[in-house]
Amino acid sequence: MSTAARPSRRDFLKTAAVSGGIVLGFRLPAAATGQVPVGAAPEFVPNAFIRIGRNNVVTILVNKAEMGQGITTALPMLIAEELEVELARVRVVSAPVDAAYAHPQLGMQFTGGSTSVASEWERLRKAGATAREMLLAAAAETWKVDRASLRAEKGRVLGPGKRPLTYGQLVDTARTMPVPPDAPLKDPSQFRIIGKPTLRLDSREKVTGAALFGLDAHVPGMLTALVARPPVFGARVRTLDAARARGVRGVTLVVEVPSGVAVVADSFWSAKKGRDALQITWDEGAGAGVDTASMQAEYGRLGQTAGRPARLEGDVAVAMARAATRVSAEYSVPYLAHAPMEPLNCLVALTGDRCDIWTGTQFHTVDRANAARAAGLRPEQVHIHTLYLGGGFGRRASPFSDFVVEAVHVAQAARAPVQVVWTREDDIRGGYYRPMWHSAMSAGLDAGGTPVAWKHTIVGQSVLEDTPLAALVKDGIDATSVEGAADLPYAIDSSAVELHSTQSVVPVLWWRSVGHTHTGFVVESFIDELAHAAGQDPYQYRRALLAGQPRHLGVLDLAAQKAGWGRPLPRGRARGIAVHASFGSWCSQVVEVSIQSRTIQVHRVVCAVDCGLAVNPTTIRAQMEGGIVFGLSAALYGQITLERGRVQQSNFHDYPVLRMEAMPVIEVHIVPSTAPPSGIGEPGTPLMAAALCNALFGLTGRRIRSLPLVRHGFESA
Amino acid sequence: MTALIVNGRRVTVAVDADKPLLWVLREDLHLTGTKFGCGVALCGACTVHVDGSPVRSCVTPLAAVQGRRVLTIEGLAPAGRLHPVQQAWVEQDVPQCGYCQSGQVMSAAALLARHTSPTDADIDAAMSGNICRCGTYQRIRAAIRQAAAQMVKKRR
Repeated sequence: MSTAARPSRRDFLKTAAVSGGIVLGFRLPAAATGQVPVGAAPEFVPNAFIRIGRNNVVTILVNKAEMGQGITTALPMLIAEELEVELARVRVVSAPVDAAYAHPQLGMQFTGGSTSVASEWERLRKAGATAREMLLAAAAETWKVDRASLRAEKGRVLGPGKRPLTYGQLVDTARTMPVPPDAPLKDPSQFRIIGKPTLRLDSREKVTGAALFGLDAHVPGMLTALVARPPVFGARVRTLDAARARGVRGVTLVVEVPSGVAVVADSFWSAKKGRDALQITWDEGAGAGVDTASMQAEYGRLGQTAGRPARLEGDVAVAMARAATRVSAEYSVPYLAHAPMEPLNCLVALTGDRCDIWTGTQFHTVDRANAARAAGLRPEQVHIHTLYLGGGFGRRASPFSDFVVEAVHVAQAARAPVQVVWTREDDIRGGYYRPMWHSAMSAGLDAGGTPVAWKHTIVGQSVLEDTPLAALVKDGIDATSVEGAADLPYAIDSSAVELHSTQSVVPVLWWRSVGHTHTGFVVESFIDELAHAAGQDPYQYRRALLAGQPRHLGVLDLAAQKAGWGRPLPRGRARGIAVHASFGSWCSQVVEVSIQSRTIQVHRVVCAVDCGLAVNPTTIRAQMEGGIVFGLSAALYGQITLERGRVQQSNFHDYPVLRMEAMPVIEVHIVPSTAPPSGIGEPGTPLMAAALCNALFGLTGRRIRSLPLVRHGFESA
Repeated sequence: MTALIVNGRRVTVAVDADKPLLWVLREDLHLTGTKFGCGVALCGACTVHVDGSPVRSCVTPLAAVQGRRVLTIEGLAPAGRLHPVQQAWVEQDVPQCGYCQSGQVMSAAALLARHTSPTDADIDAAMSGNICRCGTYQRIRAAIRQAAAQMVKKRR
């Protein structure tokens, strides 16, 4: 993938590779640069997403960031289907930031919330169909025949008794055709591309080292900076002695910026040595008092008090009083870092009236606005060149654009293009974590074991409050704090969900599946507790309470059936089950687990997913696998803790993630559906901890109510 | 001045001898396929071969590779062709974000150069130093088996 923005500075053009009318504003392997001058070949540009050249090259502009979720394959599939071109022959480039590429309903250009295929499903098929109709009209005009006698196929227009015309041959005429307002979409029975298992288009460049990520961006004269950020959130520099740092060979500048002290150098290594040589004392402020152990105690206390209502059905107090049995429990989960494999980075080049940014970002519109503010420019003067993201998981969607704005500040001070690079330690200690959460649960069961009352009190920080997106918080309820809980699917007559939004200097952010990361764990663990309290099978117990939820039942039954729920297992193994809806999709997972002297071995995960029409089943399987591994890493080991305001973890030795030897076998089953496509990047993640802890309960009789499992003396294979 | 052989070509670089090979490759030789992930040999994203053995280039000072043969992802196969490991990676649809995959491919290629038909335990041992945050391990395992079979067939 390359980027389609057009830097105007001669500096950039010197090394800019120009290919098919698209300027690539960064270094490319020489072999990949087709030296075609800009504008030499007129193109047919029916809309913001498609360009067709006289050379038959079909270029598709993708308005979403590719961070592993396969969007640079899925979105071209939507266009290629209607445009009648072969997917293997399209060229995919990254769209610039522009209103034309904003989410149709939300009005912002961003990649997140598992929304990309769902939000582009209509628009991109229409874009493809419109172009196809204009090409057909152009052929009808060329041949002076009735449009109805023509059809499009594999990048050509065919007509009776005519030699086919390629789209390239039709470019000049197609440009003059009126844009049809209502180009017809294909009937799904005619799909040749959508719904077929399709290999990713970006694999080849990703296995040869040719793929360019943010960290690989390069412009002439660029410098590299590392920033010494405070050891405590919110701390400020009190004294700075930069003499030794300035003495490090290659260091060109040491400068205070709002986020800390930047060391600018000719290379990463010089910048790192320079930063290591800094002598800084900090005014630590209130942040030095942060201690996650005391926070947890405070959260526990708050959980016993009334919060703001996020759901209220029936009369919970009365129902609870009348119940034959009452069950209550408290759950908690820690702060989590996203830890994408590519540490954060951002390259910024400023001139008087222009700011060019090369990075991997999920938050185009927001980053452009924040960068413009920091640079004293208008948003249109800021040009974001999106490269591949070495993982996002939400960290590269910051309402404050923290890593982008910081790079603007450093480039301003350096008066040169600068790439700010975060080390892994910077990333793990840099905040913007999945919030710590606490849940106080209680339920009342009738004499038959059926729940008649349900109360869920949630305590934790909002990822939206006090950010530029705070307007999304309604009546004190951040919907992302209670999603997966306030929309409880189980049929229980009286139910209440309440929320305490807490404050802290520790910055928080959405983390793959956002609120569902905690509610999926809590709700699916607690319903399991109720099943056991009622002496019933956890699968059948859920079934009975989901009678009115056909898509929940669909995935639950499929996962249970494929996993052989109820069939005997080898001695020492147990199964756990969970079902959860998120991002418009439904997912169920059955986990098989054993324990050998405290070491947990997850053997098998059977996953069923209903995400509407499966645009690319291959990617859906991969996203389920990835979501499950992400959830499993968090369940087993994930925790960020603070003492005296200091983050205790720093790198993959003390913030471990799943490795090959602990990888279970994962089977993914997709529910056939004709409903519109829904989310796939996140819905696999929220169930894993619950399914695993439910299986561990089956094995040990011990209920795990706080994560990660290593806190309970378990180890992992 | 330090001289070494990178992807079959002799190169000399005039930088501090303690500069890690990773940054020499990326900054001085413009071979950006080798990735920075952790800086302390915990994640494997920076894996290259030195005299045929997999090495974490982020903790390998330039001085340590003086005169030695370094192979990076860019040199694994002749231009325009794919190594059987790379081919299997494509066919098993392994990459997601792709950032760790240069290191994964280099670790797998080194494994298959030594073990023509690795067991699951061999794969675990050779690959457990390479983290993939996207969770592609199951496909990596399948791709290694496929590449192994392909390489055995070729040798016959």
